[in-house]
Amino acid sequence: MEKRVVFRSAWLPYALLAPQIAVTIVFFFLPATQAAWYSFQLQDAFGLSTQFVGLQNFEALFASPQYLQSFRTTAIFSILVAGCGIAISLLLATMADRVLRGALAYKTLLIWPYAVAPAVAGVLWAFMFAPSIGIVTYFLRRFGVDWNWIIHGDQAMLLIVVASVWKQISYNFLFFLAGLQSIPRSLIEAAAIDGAGPARRFWTIVFPLLSPTTFFLLVVNIVYAFFDTFGVIDATTQGGPATDTQILVYKVYYDGVKAADLGGSSAQSVILMFIVIVLTALQFRFVEKKVQY
Amino acid sequence: MLIRTLAAFLLCSASAHAQTEIQWWHSMGGALGERVNELAGKFNAGQKDYKLVPVYKGQYPESMTAAIAAFRAGNAPHILQVFEVGTATMMAAKGAIVPVAKVMADAKEPFDPKAYLPTVAGYYTDLKGNMLSFPFNSSSALFYTNDDVLKKAGIAAPKTWKELVAAGEKLKASGQQCVYTTAWPSWVHIENFSAWHNVPIGTKQNGMGGFDTQFTINSPLHVRHVAMLGDMAKKGLFTYAGRTNQGDAKFTSGECPFFTGSASAQAAIKKSAKFQWTAHFLPYHDDVKGAPQNSIIGGASLWVMGGKKPVDYKGVAKFFAFLSQPEVQMDFHTSTGYVPITLAAYEMTRKSGFYEKNPGAEITIRELTNKTPTANSKGLRFGNFVQGREVIEEEMEAVFAGRKEAKAALDDAVKRGNEILRKFEATARN
Repeated sequence: MEKRVVFRSAWLPYALLAPQIAVTIVFFFLPATQAAWYSFQLQDAFGLSTQFVGLQNFEALFASPQYLQSFRTTAIFSILVAGCGIAISLLLATMADRVLRGALAYKTLLIWPYAVAPAVAGVLWAFMFAPSIGIVTYFLRRFGVDWNWIIHGDQAMLLIVVASVWKQISYNFLFFLAGLQSIPRSLIEAAAIDGAGPARRFWTIVFPLLSPTTFFLLVVNIVYAFFDTFGVIDATTQGGPATDTQILVYKVYYDGVKAADLGGSSAQSVILMFIVIVLTALQFRFVEKKVQY
Repeated sequence: MLIRTLAAFLLCSASAHAQTEIQWWHSMGGALGERVNELAGKFNAGQKDYKLVPVYKGQYPESMTAAIAAFRAGNAPHILQVFEVGTATMMAAKGAIVPVAKVMADAKEPFDPKAYLPTVAGYYTDLKGNMLSFPFNSSSALFYTNDDVLKKAGIAAPKTWKELVAAGEKLKASGQQCVYTTAWPSWVHIENFSAWHNVPIGTKQNGMGGFDTQFTINSPLHVRHVAMLGDMAKKGLFTYAGRTNQGDAKFTSGECPFFTGSASAQAAIKKSAKFQWTAHFLPYHDDVKGAPQNSIIGGASLWVMGGKKPVDYKGVAKFFAFLSQPEVQMDFHTSTGYVPITLAAYEMTRKSGFYEKNPGAEITIRELTNKTPTANSKGLRFGNFVQGREVIEEEMEAVFAGRKEAKAALDDAVKRGNEILRKFEATARN
């Protein structure tokens, strides 16, 4: 029989919920509404003149090839970050799970990068890969690679993907490791007795059982690639060269803060909000069906 | 005894209250920040009515953004240092700012716009001749050469772009990895380039004549120049370093022997370059009639924000009068490398023999005043040019990377730039 705990007091549940709701309203609903309101306006930098322009800001955005290009850049970037991040950390977690001696040391070391702030991670990688003075650049030049992400867009993209993935691997690793450790040993041992090799065991038993974790990480990683990588990009490429690494969220910041175009920037954040809502809904609707809990 | 102490204390605090505080937000970090604090200290020591408080608010775009946010919240500073590309945005914000000419007139401080260096003051003056903001730190773009490398290769310092390319090919053939690099690509290769060759950057006197201006940077000469840079990049004669001053380090470290950048880079070069170097005028295309004309400034000016008490503005005016004194200017000029803003200060520095000892210090002024400025070389004033400049640089980068033809890139820069100008015009009209 199902046990249900019920509050007898009429006000207590609301009182307990209130702080959370207050935080959500102040830090999410209010700014989001304000952004939506600004997206229909044309304002000067100082807010001295405001006029209602209807959908003009949105029309201008979708007529701009740079904005459409930014969608493509964001898609490529997110797929690379989420894909590589999940694949590499799954590999590491599987390896760490098998290690018997010194496991704690490995695990601790793998978790470290998570403690690094995105901007610091960006600066770190930017230094190593700095054109003309970076240590990696120095080695690459020996192999005849012309490494200069200041001008080569694909190299700039590679740099921010590597920095972002490196930063996120620890987080993914933790979840995968926990997932792996919750898989009953008996299942794997039974399969081993039946003659399944390590690869076969992984793909037919471990991977399906990890699917809830993988799915959760997919959602988190995509959101990470969409928003949290801002620090990495701002500390390294700042959207350049040309607009090759200008993902949507960076453009929102650039247009709103640096270029003082509040209307255009707000319109972009409204669009971004919709994209994330749709993306998350899609993930839960379709991908989750394939997940076995 | 106690009462007397209390009374004295009260009197003291009363007189402290009588002092009016003037907030000054600026973007001068490091050694330049110390100069700013020195200026404030001197001003505060020289009179008792006002206390100038300089506050470092981050780099130019950051302090401007901070001031805009502060203005929206109703507590803007009295004085705000704004970089030259923000001029049009500030100017259009009527109600948010007070023109300097008005501040000086209201406070009855002696003020003669003609006392200021025309190329500098002209940048911040409207068509009716009213000075809108107070020129503070101005530099220009210069061409630097590493003389050790030149001497070894046996070549003279190039004066024109043709000579630079020829010299570069020679150096490249002798195994030089990097030949030429630049800082501030749009400022050097579009803005200063246009003034230096007396061609317009935009209609309506480079935007100084009104907000309904349009970019004209896709002219045959502009296309030719950017195509030349793209070609140089392809041949390995031009190493692109980035949109701000990243190029400085490539010259200072000895990596690239040719470099175009701000005159203010001299301080760092003097400090850390381990080779003989010279600062020259910018190279030019010798088949262009009238070139070289004169270069235009970069740097920042001080804007007076609106909505303060009249007594505060008196203090601001006093400070500007203080800043205009030849001794103060000469001191600032010789210690920072920025050009003196008044003719008197320039004269005074010349007489002091400073330029004989530091030939690099005068070249900026000589370049800025090479000829009487024309409508094309007085300066520029484009709305939201922070964004506009970025658009130009994005398109230039596409050319340097070999992905776009110069003509197509500059056509797109004009098209995208004009969209920004139209949007600005729409907000500024209301």
